[in-house]
Amino acid sequence: MKSVHTRLALFVITCFAGAVHAGVLPEDRADVLYFRYDGGGVTIDGPSVLVRKSIGEHVSVAANYYIDMVSSASVDVETSASPYEDERTQSSLSLDFLHGKSTYSIGAVKSDESDYLANTVFAAISHDMFGDLTTISFSFKKGENEVFRNVKIDGVKMNDPNFAETMEMKSYSVSLSQIVTKNLIMSGQYEVITDEGFLRSPYRSVRFFIDPFTQGQQSEIYPNTRSSNAVSVRAKYFLPYRAAVDTMYRFYTDTWGVIGHTAELGYVHPMPDNKWIFEGRVRYYTQTDPADFYQDIFPRADYANFMARDKELATYDAVTAGITATYEFKIERFPWLSKGSLNFRYDYMQVNYDDFRDARYSLGSFGELPEEPLQPGTEPLYKLDANILQFFISAYF
Amino acid sequence: MRIRGLILISVAVLAAGCASIEPWVKPYDRENLADPIMSFSRAPISQDFLDHVFESREGSRGATGGGGGGCGCN
Repeated sequence: MKSVHTRLALFVITCFAGAVHAGVLPEDRADVLYFRYDGGGVTIDGPSVLVRKSIGEHVSVAANYYIDMVSSASVDVETSASPYEDERTQSSLSLDFLHGKSTYSIGAVKSDESDYLANTVFAAISHDMFGDLTTISFSFKKGENEVFRNVKIDGVKMNDPNFAETMEMKSYSVSLSQIVTKNLIMSGQYEVITDEGFLRSPYRSVRFFIDPFTQGQQSEIYPNTRSSNAVSVRAKYFLPYRAAVDTMYRFYTDTWGVIGHTAELGYVHPMPDNKWIFEGRVRYYTQTDPADFYQDIFPRADYANFMARDKELATYDAVTAGITATYEFKIERFPWLSKGSLNFRYDYMQVNYDDFRDARYSLGSFGELPEEPLQPGTEPLYKLDANILQFFISAYF
Repeated sequence: MRIRGLILISVAVLAAGCASIEPWVKPYDRENLADPIMSFSRAPISQDFLDHVFESREGSRGATGGGGGGCGCN
């Protein structure tokens, strides 16, 4: 469950590294975001602040501060634990050095919550070639994480004194960006990520048949290594009437047997007044192969060496559709502000699982059995709907 | 030795080919590509959050970056 926070660190890094255009430093800007995710019994909201500033002509510094406030009563939590609230803070700092046609980047991310500590460092290099038509980039990241487990002792939430684990992550990425025509840009990326250590949630359980009408639960058992390969291509095309259409495809596979495909289509439409910009986006994700050791319900206790019931590792499809409205402005009294924008984004996400059943129909919720429990393995398949809101202000200097 | 020779010849040919590549989209033809709407991520702070939402609910991970830009427009 908490590995997602390591992933967030990865994304912040991607954000920083992705902003690098070799040969040109990123523009100075400040962004303040409020976000809210509400779906599947989980609410996450909080602020994020990102500031990027150049120092001289060759150095750019970026800093990000982010707070996640989580209130969770997800289907996993309902069937095996009590609802919980948690808060995570993350801070990160990166430096870009421009030297000729190359940009060198280094940075660090620190994430802190009550049962998970993550520290990540990264380095990247980008280089422009062939008359600046091509940019090639390499990056390396390394994360060292500490995993704890919260328990309540005498009604007080604290770390289990008998539980402390570690996990290490490494990532290697190469990407290529190419101007194809005066209206078309394309890019591709290949990334390998390896994990080693404690990779499962310390809280989640699998369920198994005791007999055809009775089920039991036990802790998940995961391998302590995982290696993944992801390759993506994307393209963006400038339309004749000043609008842009973009598309993306990603293929994913890993040593756990998971195979996933992601496709996205977007359209950006500035209004003629040069103040409003509207954007629409549809994203489709399908996980065609689950992890080899995933099952919704196992035939018996201790059925295999590795056992998981994380719906993230199941077979499913997800569709997300979103719109963004941006209002751009200038303030005459602040000549140092080259541009500002107010932005609102709304996304609706729907996930349909093929082999993850809603165990609340048999196990009940927070220890209370349903009035007419269903036979284990016959519950309806789980579905998830989520509303995702973002409001952010951007200022360019 | 024959293989090493072939590799050397290949590298030389490739290097010569690279050296002769002329940018087919000239800097003065990149006005459209320099338009902010052509950025792969116009709002990194927003995209960062949304990527996190997806990744924390999906088995897939990685290769989500735009891979930098190749515009050299500024």
